[in-house]
Amino acid sequence: MRTPRTARPVPVVLALLALTILVVLPALAEETLMMATTTSTQDSGLLEYIAPLFKKDTGIELKWVSVGTGKALEHGKNCDVDVLLVHAPGAEKEFVAAGHGVDRRQVMYNDYVLIGPAKDPAGIKGKTVPEALKELAVKKAVFVSRGDESGTHKQEQALWKVADLPVPDKEAWYVQAGQGMMATIAIASERTGYTLTDRGTFIKYEAQNKGNPPLVILIEGDKTLLNQYSVMMVNPDKCPKLKKAGALTFLDWWVSPRAQRAVADFTLEGKQLFFPNAGK
Amino acid sequence: MDYLLEGLHTALLLLVSGQPETWSAVWATVQVTLMSMAASLTLGIPLGFVLGYASFPGRKTLRLISDTLLAFPTVLIGLLVYALICRRGPFGDYELLFTLTGIAIGQTVLALPIVASLTAQAVESQDARLRQTLRTLGADGLDLALGCLHEARFSVILAGLNAFGRVVTEVGISMMVGGNIKWDTRTITTAITLETGKGEFAVGIALGLILLLMAFGVNLGLVLVKRKAGVR
Repeated sequence: MRTPRTARPVPVVLALLALTILVVLPALAEETLMMATTTSTQDSGLLEYIAPLFKKDTGIELKWVSVGTGKALEHGKNCDVDVLLVHAPGAEKEFVAAGHGVDRRQVMYNDYVLIGPAKDPAGIKGKTVPEALKELAVKKAVFVSRGDESGTHKQEQALWKVADLPVPDKEAWYVQAGQGMMATIAIASERTGYTLTDRGTFIKYEAQNKGNPPLVILIEGDKTLLNQYSVMMVNPDKCPKLKKAGALTFLDWWVSPRAQRAVADFTLEGKQLFFPNAGK
Repeated sequence: MDYLLEGLHTALLLLVSGQPETWSAVWATVQVTLMSMAASLTLGIPLGFVLGYASFPGRKTLRLISDTLLAFPTVLIGLLVYALICRRGPFGDYELLFTLTGIAIGQTVLALPIVASLTAQAVESQDARLRQTLRTLGADGLDLALGCLHEARFSVILAGLNAFGRVVTEVGISMMVGGNIKWDTRTITTAITLETGKGEFAVGIALGLILLLMAFGVNLGLVLVKRKAGVR
C-alpha cells in the first residue's frame, strides 16, 4: 500500500448501512388491520374520521390503501389486505362467488349525481337517467367518464345499459379520463362537459369553487343512482396470513349501532354524506 | 397563476406551522431515500467501476444493458416489485408490501443503473495517461484501481446526485409498492398525487416546493463538502 489514498469511502458506507438498519427496525408494534378501499371514502374524509373511532372501540389500528374498486378487489385477490370497503355490488358479488371474499355486509349508501354545465346545452335537466343519456348520445355532448374500472365507472357503464345504449368507447364526445373523481370533474369542467360523480366529491368540488361551480347537479334522486357500500373479509382459506379475528371484529363493528350512528353523524361542508343501512 | 401564489403561501404555512402530516411525509421520504441511495451507491459504484475500468468479454453488452435500464419506467418497476413481494408473490413471506423498505427496493432498482452507468462512463472517459502516471508513481493492482476511482470521485458524486434526483421525485414505485398509507408509507410525491387528485392544487404545489427545498439542501451540503475537501 504505497499510495495511501481513498480509505475514506469505507466509513461513509458503514454509516449509511447503520442508518439503513436504524430506519428499517421500527414498526413492529400494535395490532393493525390492512384495508383496501375506494378513493371516495378517503377523499371525502370519512376514513380519517372513522379510523380513530374504530381504534378507540377495538384497539385495532386501521391502515388503508385507497384505490379504484377494481384495484381494491385485485389487492384482495392477491391477499395483500385483510378487509375491503368498496362500492360496486355487481363486481363484489362476482368476487365472493369466485371465492375471493367472504362475509359481505352492506353498511351504508350515498348517491351519484349527473352533473354538467349550468347552461345545460344538451337540455337534460330534470329528465330520467336513461332519457338524459340518450339525449347526450344524440347531441354528441361531451361526456367525461372515469374510465378506470372504479365503482363509479362500473355504475356509469351499468347506466348506459339501463338506457339500452351501447357503452360508448371511441366516440369523439366520450372522454375516458382514467383518473380519480376530482380530476375527472376538472376535465369535464375544462371541456364544458357532463359527468357522473358521487355526491361527496361533488360537495367538495362545490366548496372548492366557493359555492359557484361551473358544473352543477342536473339529475339527482333517481333510484338508479344509489351507491351502495359494503365491507367484506378477504377469504381466509386462500390467504393463510390473513388476520381473521381482527377482520371479523372489523365487520361486526361496522354493522354495530355505534358505528352506524357515527356514519350518519359524519358531515362534509355541513351536509350529511353517507346514510347507514346495515342489515336492511 | 393563483395556484402558484397560493401554493407558495401554503408551503410556508405547512413548514412553519409544523403540520404533523407534512413532517410524516417528509420523514418517510428521507427514510426511503437514505435506504435506496445507500443500497444503490454501495452496489452501483463498484459495479460501475468494474464495468468502466476492467476489460473482459461481454463488457460492452453489460454496458448496453445498464444504459438501456436508464429508461426503466418507474410504474413498470413498481409492478415488477409488487408482483415479487405481494403476499402471493415469491417473496411474500417477508411482508414487504406497503412498507418503506419495499419502496426502497424498487427505488434501488431505479437508481442502480444510473449510478453504475454514469460511474462506468466517468472511468472510461479518464485520460489514458492517468494510469501511466499512477504506474510511474509506483501504483499497481488495487492501488491503481483505487487511484483511478479517486480521480473520478466528482463524476461519481454527480452520478449519485442524478440517482438521488430520480429517486426523490419518482411516484410510480412509491404508489404501487407503498400504497400511500397515511402516517406510514405516504411520501411527499404520493402526497402530491393524492392532494392533486382531491383538487387541492395549492397543497400539491406546496409539497412540491418542500421537495425542491430538500434537494437544494442536499446539493448545498455537497458543495460545502467539496469546498472543504479543497477542490484545488
